[in-house]
Amino acid sequence: MEGLERIVKEHPFFAGMKDEYTNLIAGCAKNVRFEAGQFVFHEGEPADQFYLLRSGRVALQISAPERVLTIQTVGESEIVGASWLVPPYRWGMDAKALELTRAISMDAACLRGKCEDDHSLGYELMKRFMPILIQRLQASRLQILDVYGAHS
Amino acid sequence: MALTAETPRIVADPMVPRVGRIRKRVRELSDVWTLTVEMDEPFAFAPGQFNMLTAFGVGEAAISISGDPARPGEGLIHTIRDVGPVSHALSHLEPGDYIGVRGPYGAGWPVEVAEHCDVVILAGGLGLAPLRPLIYEVLSGRKKYGKVALLFGARTPTDLLFRPELEQWRRRLDVDIHVTVDTSTEDWYGNVGVVTTLVPRAAFDPQHTIAYVCGPEIMMRFGAAALRDKGVPDEAMYLSMERNMKCGIGLCGHCQIGTVFVCRDGPVFRNDKLRPLMSVKEL
Amino acid sequence: MATDHVSVTIEKQGLQSLIDILAKRGYRVVGPTLRDQAIVYDDIARVDELPAGWTDEQDGGTYRLQRRDDGALFGYTVGPHSWKRFLHPPIQQLWKAARSADAATVEATPAEPERFALFGVRACELHAIAIQDKVFLHGPYVDSHYKARRDNAFIVAVNCGKAGGTCFCVSMNTGPRVSNGYDLALTELVEGGKHRFVVEAGSDKGRDVLAGLPKQPASSGDLDAAKKVTEKTAASMGRSMKADDVRELLARNLEHKRWDEVAERCLSCANCTMVCPTCFCVSVEEASDLAGVESSRSRRWDSCFTMDYSYVHGGSVRSTTRARYRQWMTHKLSTWWDQFGTSGCVGCGRCITWCPVGIDITEEVAAIRSSEPQ
Repeated sequence: MEGLERIVKEHPFFAGMKDEYTNLIAGCAKNVRFEAGQFVFHEGEPADQFYLLRSGRVALQISAPERVLTIQTVGESEIVGASWLVPPYRWGMDAKALELTRAISMDAACLRGKCEDDHSLGYELMKRFMPILIQRLQASRLQILDVYGAHS
Repeated sequence: MALTAETPRIVADPMVPRVGRIRKRVRELSDVWTLTVEMDEPFAFAPGQFNMLTAFGVGEAAISISGDPARPGEGLIHTIRDVGPVSHALSHLEPGDYIGVRGPYGAGWPVEVAEHCDVVILAGGLGLAPLRPLIYEVLSGRKKYGKVALLFGARTPTDLLFRPELEQWRRRLDVDIHVTVDTSTEDWYGNVGVVTTLVPRAAFDPQHTIAYVCGPEIMMRFGAAALRDKGVPDEAMYLSMERNMKCGIGLCGHCQIGTVFVCRDGPVFRNDKLRPLMSVKEL
Repeated sequence: MATDHVSVTIEKQGLQSLIDILAKRGYRVVGPTLRDQAIVYDDIARVDELPAGWTDEQDGGTYRLQRRDDGALFGYTVGPHSWKRFLHPPIQQLWKAARSADAATVEATPAEPERFALFGVRACELHAIAIQDKVFLHGPYVDSHYKARRDNAFIVAVNCGKAGGTCFCVSMNTGPRVSNGYDLALTELVEGGKHRFVVEAGSDKGRDVLAGLPKQPASSGDLDAAKKVTEKTAASMGRSMKADDVRELLARNLEHKRWDEVAERCLSCANCTMVCPTCFCVSVEEASDLAGVESSRSRRWDSCFTMDYSYVHGGSVRSTTRARYRQWMTHKLSTWWDQFGTSGCVGCGRCITWCPVGIDITEEVAAIRSSEPQ
């Protein structure tokens, strides 16, 4: 347990967060690993976890007939999963490990419960999530621009 | 006695090209070729400089030099994307064909300012070509710099320029190389996401870093923003601009952006100078 | 040296002698003459080819010739031509190339040995030539064609006896009296039935030519009359522009709504750039024979008002008229300073007169200025 607390605390996502909170959050955490090619989750499944990657890489994908489109890959020190934050708590895409990936898995219901109990904790978490979500939105916009395409 | 007509003083005309000959033509991507040009005399240049290349009978275009400045014996090397009539003709010149060369022109990448600093090279698409001479120079004098990171983004895995060389550089342990593509299919195991997403992943000390950025203008704008978010000041970022050029020497007017001529004052600009110009639409 | 400033007067016939001497010395004499209902610059051999007794009436989008009630030879202002058409011609071949299987040669088109005598150059135009000198001769690269023509030119300047409706040289500090940059300067005196010219030499070349002219020393009365000519002109400018801070004014108003308003009127026709005596932009073009053996490159006047001008792969940087007008005007009045250490506008008024919709650069500056807190 003490090991997990340390791992949670040292993950860049929680950088600067009070020990009180990281200790609280660690109660929802567990260590997980995914082999290369293994799915972390599938589109449409309940979003009951979120993942802080410690090593390895995960591809966020959308499957269409006869092709799989990778939207983004995320790696060490980054996070996977935002659907656990908003109802109906279902994954909007697939996540697949591209290589051996180690992560901290956070129980979503546990985390949501702690945030409801202590809105300050919830706010601290939001402050960490929002910039990442905005950055990813911005990155998706740039992808749509197709900057290297015919009109660049 | 009547005044006699003075003979005009003839000055060497900078608009007249020298003649070179294609030694080698290599296909890099579906629409990109690298030409090696044999010149009569040694051709010295600085990383980031460009030449005005003439396809005789078709026209002239500004093309950056993509070879190694320390190895002039290799010939003069340009990497050209086939996008218009002139670049089409240039990129289809065969070994033995003649080519017109004027240059080298412009202010290139200042390499010496990066000594004792970390170096971040941020390239998008064909923007890797003008950066390659800089990469050669940094790698050959590797000890002079702190950490060195090369962040490279392209449209798809098949659009990755200089892939064999990227693999070579990747094998060096003293360069941190991150490559990403905007879109991919399942057979690509590398990163997916725009090139700006690589900036937070690279290891460098933002306060002691010199960044060199080249790619499409939008990519450079957001690339510079990502570097700034990480703490790199505009004064430590250099961007290479592309504009319409007819002369390369500040006499035709075409490449102006507000106060500057890209050919004469650039193409490489420090971002504290460039950013105010880029912030005005259609300047 | 006192002798540098010796002034003389010549009669109208003396002007003919001047043209003759210049022609004899190998100059191609070009000066104002009537053509197509305008006063343009072209070859002249005789004084009576000058537009004697004509004047012009100019306003925004308007140019009209009218008779004068005297026989003045220079009683008008500037027309659609400027001297750049001789020093920086509209089309100039740069080189020719020939290719065979085992050789390719590029031969520079020689800088033409043509020696122009520019006859009737106004003060604003002398400043325009000085500005083009900065562009073509004083930068890191020298334009060899311009240099050959410029080095060999002989300049006969004329002090303006009339201000045009679109003139604002006084605002730009470029006229109406010439200060330097000429070989000879004339001031036309038409008074009391007498028609004479006060002539001043501004160079050794000028003094040498002057020596061969039938002349009389100028009296202090002549000099006084000559001074009054330009004083009167200076006092009757058709336009004015507050120019001392226009560089900064425009630089801080790049997103002003006035650019949208002027864009609604501007036709992007490029007239202003063609008639402007300082606009220097060129494009290049390639010509080749059918077999592809011989080819040549020429340059041709270009304009920042065309879409092609700023084209880069994917589109034009300045795709809107708003951006193109802003480029032209801010270049003239603001960024020219950054690039060449001088204004790019000499207040000749051509861009106002020859704009088909009468857009007035002085009015545009005033509109932007008036929107700022004073």
